[in-house]
Amino acid sequence: MKKKVFALTMAAVMAAASMAGCGSSAQETTAAATEAESTETAGEQSSEAEEAEAASESEGGVLIMATNAEFDPWEYHEGDEIVGIDVEIAQAIADKLGMELQIEDMAFDAIIPSVVSGKADIGMAAISYDEDRAASVNFSDDYASSSLVVLVTEESDIASEADLEGKLVGAQTGTTGELKASEIAGDSNVERYNSYFEAVQSLLTGKIDAVIIDGAPAKVFLSQNEGKIKQVGEALSNESYAVVTAKENTELLEKINGAIKELQESGEIDTIMNKYIPAE
Amino acid sequence: MWENFSEAIYLNFIKDDRWKYYTDGLKVTLTITLFAVLLGVAIGLVVGIIRATHERTHKLKIMNFLCGIYLTVIRGTPVVVQLMIIYYIILASARNKIPVAILAFGINSGAYVAEIFRSGIMSIDNGQMEAGRSLGFNYIQTMWYVVLPQAFKNVLPALCNEFIALLKETSVSGYIALQDLTKAGDIVRSRTFNPFFPLFTVAAIYLICVIVLTQCIKLLERRLRQSEH
Repeated sequence: MKKKVFALTMAAVMAAASMAGCGSSAQETTAAATEAESTETAGEQSSEAEEAEAASESEGGVLIMATNAEFDPWEYHEGDEIVGIDVEIAQAIADKLGMELQIEDMAFDAIIPSVVSGKADIGMAAISYDEDRAASVNFSDDYASSSLVVLVTEESDIASEADLEGKLVGAQTGTTGELKASEIAGDSNVERYNSYFEAVQSLLTGKIDAVIIDGAPAKVFLSQNEGKIKQVGEALSNESYAVVTAKENTELLEKINGAIKELQESGEIDTIMNKYIPAE
Repeated sequence: MWENFSEAIYLNFIKDDRWKYYTDGLKVTLTITLFAVLLGVAIGLVVGIIRATHERTHKLKIMNFLCGIYLTVIRGTPVVVQLMIIYYIILASARNKIPVAILAFGINSGAYVAEIFRSGIMSIDNGQMEAGRSLGFNYIQTMWYVVLPQAFKNVLPALCNEFIALLKETSVSGYIALQDLTKAGDIVRSRTFNPFFPLFTVAAIYLICVIVLTQCIKLLERRLRQSEH
């Protein structure tokens, strides 16, 4: 009996190891092969989409965007649609590329894995550049900039970043806000929520002392909870948002960079930003 | 291949002491499970006895009615929803989340354990109760010294099932930002963007926990069977 269990465990470990090997070698396929693959999958996806909405089918295939639509104003649900700055910019990029945009809403920490595994073509969810992230995916040129800020309750005595040490700080799992929080307050003092609205909710009921969050959504939360929460201190860091694509899909990255450049020059990105973020 | 493997091990476990997320998460998972089991058994025992007593004697009508509501509500709603209701509404200002989770999972488990105990008590022939009473024990004494020990042995496999289910159900603790074992895997996954190692590590740890738990209960069953010879 014991021997059997041991053998089974060994078999499982070996299978796991060999599968890991497959996973990484699959990533090393040549650009040509992935190109062929991506056109193939694009073909498959468009045929799936055809069944659903044959009329709106466009020439260049489907551009699947992975996002986490709980981050007003960058991306959020409005009625039965997902809207926001990232969504409109992605739509503009898709238009430039002659592709149809399809949005997949998922947890923030699932976006990069989806792009890596090819379940989505691009990830856009106010994603800031980060070295660890760059090891898994390619980042396009920046299309917007933001900063991390600290939110506390109105009556809190936290006045700046320095007061956060040892305090309970909330953030969304996998965001740069979470990394910053663990840097400032200590890893064990970070409360990792599935989405930022839960972190703010917990801040309101006094479960946590502060939330570290990107500037634009912070403004939305501030306006929704006027008189209950406030922003303190300087911006913690400057973030710049970019589109992420799979490592091997350099062709798409170049196209996206081209589109972003055009949209920046034409002022279209500024128009979209101003629409969602009122100038101060 | 070996290089990739060792690099993945480094990224997933060693860099920034990431293995600590797993060990800390396991501690949280086991703490919640252990205390939730104790709370669940305590609640389940009381509710189970009340329900079984009502069925046998038709007494305790109001208590039985209240227990019925408890069972309907708890068994009729998902544990993750109950957890969030307790965390965000009932104990809205609680800062320490482990007791919140213990309470939520304990109350949830209690409903299932109650039915297990009720079935166990009902499986003991009424003659046992009558014999106890005729020897001068009162109802509670007979229940405690005669009926429950026999019932417990009968329900042990079902109880074991419930404990295993509870251990795995605690994996939704991440919903209230509690860093249990599953959330630990999620955090590492959000750092490395490689789902393979964190998910399999977490799965393997749960599996080992369940195997250990099953073995312990097997030992207990064997020990309890000695009285049959």
